[in-house]
Amino acid sequence: MPVKDDDVDALLPLPAAAFHILLALSAGDCHGYGIIQDVEARTSGALRLSPGTLYRTIQRLLEQGLIEEPRKLSRARVDPRRRDYRITPFGAAVARAETRRLTELVRLARNVWRGAPEPS
Amino acid sequence: MIRLYRALLHLYPASFRREYGDEMTEVFAQSYADATLPGRAGLVLRAVSDEIPNALAVHWAILIQDLRYTVRTLNRARGFALTAILVTALGVGANTAAFSVADFVLLRPLPFPDPESLVRLCEGPRTGAGWGCMNELSPANYRDLKTLSSSFQAMGAFVGAAANLVGGGEPRRLGITSVTPEVLPLLGVEPVLGRVFGSADEDRSSIVISHGLWHSQFGGDPGVLSRKVNLDGAPYTIIGVMPPAFYFPDRGTQLWTALTFQPADFEDRTNTYMHAVGRLKAGVTFEQARAELESLAARMSRDYPATNAETGVSFFRMRDNMSPRFRTMLIALGGATLCLLLLTCASLANLFLARATARERELAVRAALGAGKERLVRQLITESVILTVLGGAAGVALAAASVPVFSSLVPPTLPLASQPGLDLRVLALALVFTALTGLGFGLLPALRAGRRTEFDALRDTNRAGGGRKQRVRAVLVTVEVTMSVILLITSGLLIRAVWRVQAIDPGFVPQNVLTLNTPLARPKYDDPVRRYQFYQRVLTAVRALPGVENAAFTTGLPMVITGLITRVEVPGQEVRSSRTAGASHRWVTPDYFRTMGIPFRRGRDVEDSDTSRRQSVAVVSASFAERYWPGQDPIGKTFRHLDQTRTVVGVVGDIKVRGLERTSEPQMYLPAQQVPEGLPGGFDPKDLVIRHAGEEDALISAVRQIIRAVDPEQPISNVRTLEQVVAGETATRRAQLQVLGVLAAVAVLLSGVGIYGLLAYTVSQRALEIGVRLALGAEPSRVGRMIFADGMRLALTGILPGMLCAYAAARGMNALLFGVPPSDPATFATAVALALLMAFAGSLVPAIRAVRVTPMSVLRAE
Repeated sequence: MPVKDDDVDALLPLPAAAFHILLALSAGDCHGYGIIQDVEARTSGALRLSPGTLYRTIQRLLEQGLIEEPRKLSRARVDPRRRDYRITPFGAAVARAETRRLTELVRLARNVWRGAPEPS
Repeated sequence: MIRLYRALLHLYPASFRREYGDEMTEVFAQSYADATLPGRAGLVLRAVSDEIPNALAVHWAILIQDLRYTVRTLNRARGFALTAILVTALGVGANTAAFSVADFVLLRPLPFPDPESLVRLCEGPRTGAGWGCMNELSPANYRDLKTLSSSFQAMGAFVGAAANLVGGGEPRRLGITSVTPEVLPLLGVEPVLGRVFGSADEDRSSIVISHGLWHSQFGGDPGVLSRKVNLDGAPYTIIGVMPPAFYFPDRGTQLWTALTFQPADFEDRTNTYMHAVGRLKAGVTFEQARAELESLAARMSRDYPATNAETGVSFFRMRDNMSPRFRTMLIALGGATLCLLLLTCASLANLFLARATARERELAVRAALGAGKERLVRQLITESVILTVLGGAAGVALAAASVPVFSSLVPPTLPLASQPGLDLRVLALALVFTALTGLGFGLLPALRAGRRTEFDALRDTNRAGGGRKQRVRAVLVTVEVTMSVILLITSGLLIRAVWRVQAIDPGFVPQNVLTLNTPLARPKYDDPVRRYQFYQRVLTAVRALPGVENAAFTTGLPMVITGLITRVEVPGQEVRSSRTAGASHRWVTPDYFRTMGIPFRRGRDVEDSDTSRRQSVAVVSASFAERYWPGQDPIGKTFRHLDQTRTVVGVVGDIKVRGLERTSEPQMYLPAQQVPEGLPGGFDPKDLVIRHAGEEDALISAVRQIIRAVDPEQPISNVRTLEQVVAGETATRRAQLQVLGVLAAVAVLLSGVGIYGLLAYTVSQRALEIGVRLALGAEPSRVGRMIFADGMRLALTGILPGMLCAYAAARGMNALLFGVPPSDPATFATAVALALLMAFAGSLVPAIRAVRVTPMSVLRAE
């Protein structure tokens, strides 16, 4: 399915938790606890998702079609406590768009601070 | 610890929990296992503080989703949504309005402290018959009852009157009440400004004004105290202002003066003109006080046999000062709205059931696609709640709009505001009723969808008969028909009663007569010659106006002034008591009869030459002549009245002085110039009646100009037509009828819709069977008849119990029926015919649809 820019833009800006989950899944399929650990490691322990926030966000991302459950599609018997999630092409597009948006934001901020002392 | 976390997960919607609960627990368990000991404590704390907002967010997301879905589905089923909202609004609105009024008038305590111990006291027949104040009290009897009784904390007397107020704004005619100093304190309401009367002698020239008058006449001026005003020419000082919701003894009174007595006032025990109000001592019951008063009355009739032989006491709670008719009317109204509430619930249930049937497949599909039962239930609850909330809101608006319609059902004799506020408790109750119905029946399909195996409903075709659910719907439709028949019959009976009342000949011709009130202030007009000059100058000028046919002054309009009952003695005849054989009297100027359209029987009219120096004369009504001189020519006969001997010079037709529905005393009319000296101003002719053939507005302003030219200080009040006066007689009846009529119409409409809905569904369910029948050669007309028969069966099942209930209800409100029998065949026949017509109309479209079924179309659909 071709990814339309309008659909992508409609989802921006992404909530921080959603963005981190997408980043975690960009490295490969992963289950819930793995995502939490990945996010924690990436942020050097600054962000530790609670199970509630994690699965509420996962539910939303599933509904919006940004991620999917690959095993469910393959109809294999799944351990319900350890389901893997996979980022969809659409999800990847959204994550990239969010990255661009944040980069642009940071660039604008840098322009403002240029010459001025770095805010501590 | 893990168990605690699992319990915490119950905050989430079940669907979410089912999907992710295990995973979440697993994640939590792993984090818990990986964490250090102090880390674990933080983990638990974080879990608690995190899961609560997350759970709320998930709930909120579902609510938004359900709301969106509801808006979409209801938009698709607009007819259903509108009907459901309308039905709810009607049920909630009508019930709230009617019960607000009934509660206000019948149940809620009067706005005084400890209202249950407030009682009213008057003279009455020894039998204790009648309601309210039967006869007024004489000062002597009042004094004796007050000093001899021991049941009362306090007792006071009051007299109603009217006076012209000059001071503040425009001169005005006001209802005033003279009260003894006990009255206002015993009611227990403090003035908002100043004080009430201390002793009658000190406060002889003091007045206390109502909050309403303070605002309308003195602009709410806080410095109004000690202001001087003029009442009927005498100076008074304002000493107090009462609070806004204070009315005593009724809504009409706008200011209070002190009631004083002279020794001479206590001489005549038959001079009755006062009412009394009292507060019972703590611990004394109403019945004990009544027993004491009855024994006192018996003692007084022994002590003063000449005057008190027939005199008893009317004793009643202040709350009960309303005619039984008002009470019955309100109860009938309450019953009618209750009928409507039941009908509303039945209709709503029916609507939701019909919708449930239509949605069975949709829900089954959603269930098959993985929606849990809990999600379906939640969705349907959202939908029902939205419908009921919308309907309830419309109902509140409806109730607010219809309360004023009900206000004429508030009796004027109670010290209450004329309009009750909306009763929030009643509103809540009606809302809860409809909401429960909506929820209950809205949920049914979801529960079914959950129970059934998914494939059943998907496989389901129109072959199934419908079974139990359809029987429930049939019962509901029957209930609707029953309720509408009850409402139809009772309102039909009341319509007949109003017709009967309206068909009564008042004895005069009310059309094209304008009336207005010009009370002449005493002592300015103490001189009878001066009064008569006023009448003549006004009448001459008014008669000269274009379009005016005739005009005259009278002491009081019929049906407005219903009293003025006095004793008549005829020489040579036994003296009758004024209680049992009084006659109503009026002082009038010439041409009063022609102006009013009262037919002349014989003799002559009152004339300008009937002055106080000439022979005292009277024109009497036919029943007056018949009472005193049966079978004789009354002309030239004499009688004694107010210490004067009068000669009958003319006979006119009887009129309904006391009102259309009451028996009136025989009437006599006396010349305006022969008002005895010393009679109080209330007896003066003051109502101007004008028979005309033109535009009213122009006439009114012309008459105002004429009166201003004759006396610039003379106030004019109560400008209205005689037709309005007569119409006022049936105002409460018509108000009640309007309400009942609307309820009945709505009821018929709803049950018609109910029948239609059920039959239409039956036809669609049986389309295959009908198709097969037709294919096998059945006559289409026979199929149509079959559907009609179904409709009629539903109607008849509802009509029979409806007739029985209506008959029972009609017997209960016999007092309102004015002689129309509770089993009035014409009314019953009409109501049944209307109900059948409604059933016919409801079956028409389904029957036509059934006839049009073609075998091919049905089989193709299969």
